Amino acid sequence: MSMQKCGLFYTTYGREDGLFPSRFQKICLALFFAVLLICPQFMNSYVMSIMNLILIAIIGAVSLNLLTGVCGQMSLGHGAFLGVGAYGAAVFSNMGAPFFLALLGGGAVSAMIGMIFGIPSLRLKGIYLAISTLAAQLILEYVFLHAGGLTGGANGLPVDAPEIMGYSFDTDSKIFYLILFVTVLCVLVVTNVIRSRPGRAFVAIRDYHQSAENVGVNLFAFKLQAFGLSSFLAGVAGGLWAHYTMYITPEQFSMGLSISYLAMIIIGGMGSVLGSIFGAIFITLLPEMLNLLTSSLSGVAPDLSAIIVPMKEGVFGLMLVLFLIFEPEGLVRKWRLTKAYWKLYPFAY
Amino acid sequence: MEYYLQLIINGLVVGSIYSLVALGFVIIFKATKVVNFAQGELVMVGAYVCFALTVQYQLPFLVSFFLTLVFSVILAILVERLVLRPLIGEPIISVIMVTIGLSSMLKSFVQMTWGTQIQVFPPILPQEPYMLMGLPIAPVYIAAFGLSLLLFGVFSLFFKYSSLGIAMRATAFDQQAAQSMGIGIKSIFALSWCIAAVVSSIGGIILGNINGINAQLGQLGLKVFPAVILGGLDSLLGAALGGLIIGVLENICEGAAKDLFGLGGFKEVASFVVLVIILMIKPHGLFGTKEIERV
Repeated sequence: MSMQKCGLFYTTYGREDGLFPSRFQKICLALFFAVLLICPQFMNSYVMSIMNLILIAIIGAVSLNLLTGVCGQMSLGHGAFLGVGAYGAAVFSNMGAPFFLALLGGGAVSAMIGMIFGIPSLRLKGIYLAISTLAAQLILEYVFLHAGGLTGGANGLPVDAPEIMGYSFDTDSKIFYLILFVTVLCVLVVTNVIRSRPGRAFVAIRDYHQSAENVGVNLFAFKLQAFGLSSFLAGVAGGLWAHYTMYITPEQFSMGLSISYLAMIIIGGMGSVLGSIFGAIFITLLPEMLNLLTSSLSGVAPDLSAIIVPMKEGVFGLMLVLFLIFEPEGLVRKWRLTKAYWKLYPFAY
Repeated sequence: MEYYLQLIINGLVVGSIYSLVALGFVIIFKATKVVNFAQGELVMVGAYVCFALTVQYQLPFLVSFFLTLVFSVILAILVERLVLRPLIGEPIISVIMVTIGLSSMLKSFVQMTWGTQIQVFPPILPQEPYMLMGLPIAPVYIAAFGLSLLLFGVFSLFFKYSSLGIAMRATAFDQQAAQSMGIGIKSIFALSWCIAAVVSSIGGIILGNINGINAQLGQLGLKVFPAVILGGLDSLLGAALGGLIIGVLENICEGAAKDLFGLGGFKEVASFVVLVIILMIKPHGLFGTKEIERV
């Protein structure tokens, strides 16, 4: 079954730290991307729209995981930072900036706001930090709603589809390639940050802040960096979202969005890039699966459509609770166990 | 001036409900160190159950009031036993997230059962307003304020003199020492959830009598955070005063913002702006325990 060696043998630390430990993994990944690249040719626009949403959610989840899972700074305001990026990118784009510049601009604005709200993290930990980021979320939501000149207030803000060198990405399958490109870039950035000096500093801060400071980690600088980088990537995700949906309103970036991102990294696995990807897929697919279920049951129980919206929220909460109780390390642990099982199949050890 | 006086009175009434909910929050936090994001949903569930018993099953108000309290005790025991107990000793983020998940479940339960439109309680107190210093005040406001005061009195006495209350304080102070003195920590945890749920339901019932209830009532739970941070996370007196202060403050800010800048809806964030300022300058609040620590 498996083409993989049952153990990995390294002669240098650099090799062990490499992104892809074995050739088998490289081949699998290449195949996976090949499938991803050709699938827009065969899928309908509904499936493609879900894939796009998943990709955007992956950026958001990976960036939150960098802050919360790797650096240990809980944030209940990630949805609002996404919103800052979305509004920033939308405003830049409407002023005539090219797509990638608008995306970077939105990210930069979001990073700035994120760092401002990250300043209290120097003094606050645990629940105090959670509550201060909750305040950030609600204050930013208020700004989205009431800074009418810039954000369009409750009416929302229209954005044009992204255009690069005169080529307009105006359908789900076209924009898929663009989003996939940005997502892969963001995931690579986070993976590489985690295995370099800042990443190790983040882990040290998460595990015990005093020992981290004792071995020479500048707590304030690195916490701010974590907030900045995380909100920058969130802003990029928001900018993509704005260009993808082509219309943004304050409700899209509510408290619920922050919570669903936290749910993604918890269900996927804290502190793991792969886990955030699993979590993003799981949480994005959950409501779609429920839609499918209720529409297939509609012959049996016709009034299900009335309760579908609250039911989605209830199932979401139930999943969160069940995962926290029964699998606190998330889907990524299940994945590792499954992989380990098949690696040695059919011999248990 | 009269406008502001009216705002202050409204603020005191809303604030007394904040204090009740904050009281529940602080009791849970003190005893179990759980940050409960589902406090607002406990308020909502209590209000809806009482509404269902009074309006849909036509029970007299007092009967349904007590049945609601019984219901919240059962709900609290179930929640504590099934959801919170497996997470004892887990990191803070897990505990916060599990209460957030719980709040989603409770909210969806309410919306699936009773829908999302506003429901109105039948009037229980006379509608005729009393005149106080030339200002008309509805009797239900006075009842709300009085009931909150009464509950605070009862709980202060409970924590000061009853052996259960002393056991709860001991648990909050040092779990291991309390356990070695023969106090059952687990039953204390369950008890603190019960008290919190009961107090929240009472808050919900009062609120339902004032404004009617809808599925957004759970938002109230967020307002608890400014109140408890201002008062100090582990202080009952702090919760009481914090709730009142936040209630008054947000009403005045709302009025002032509308008067001076023409900004609407400032009520929603005013208390959170205050919260950020308090966290910056005095994170342990007015009456909270100072944790001496260098971060």
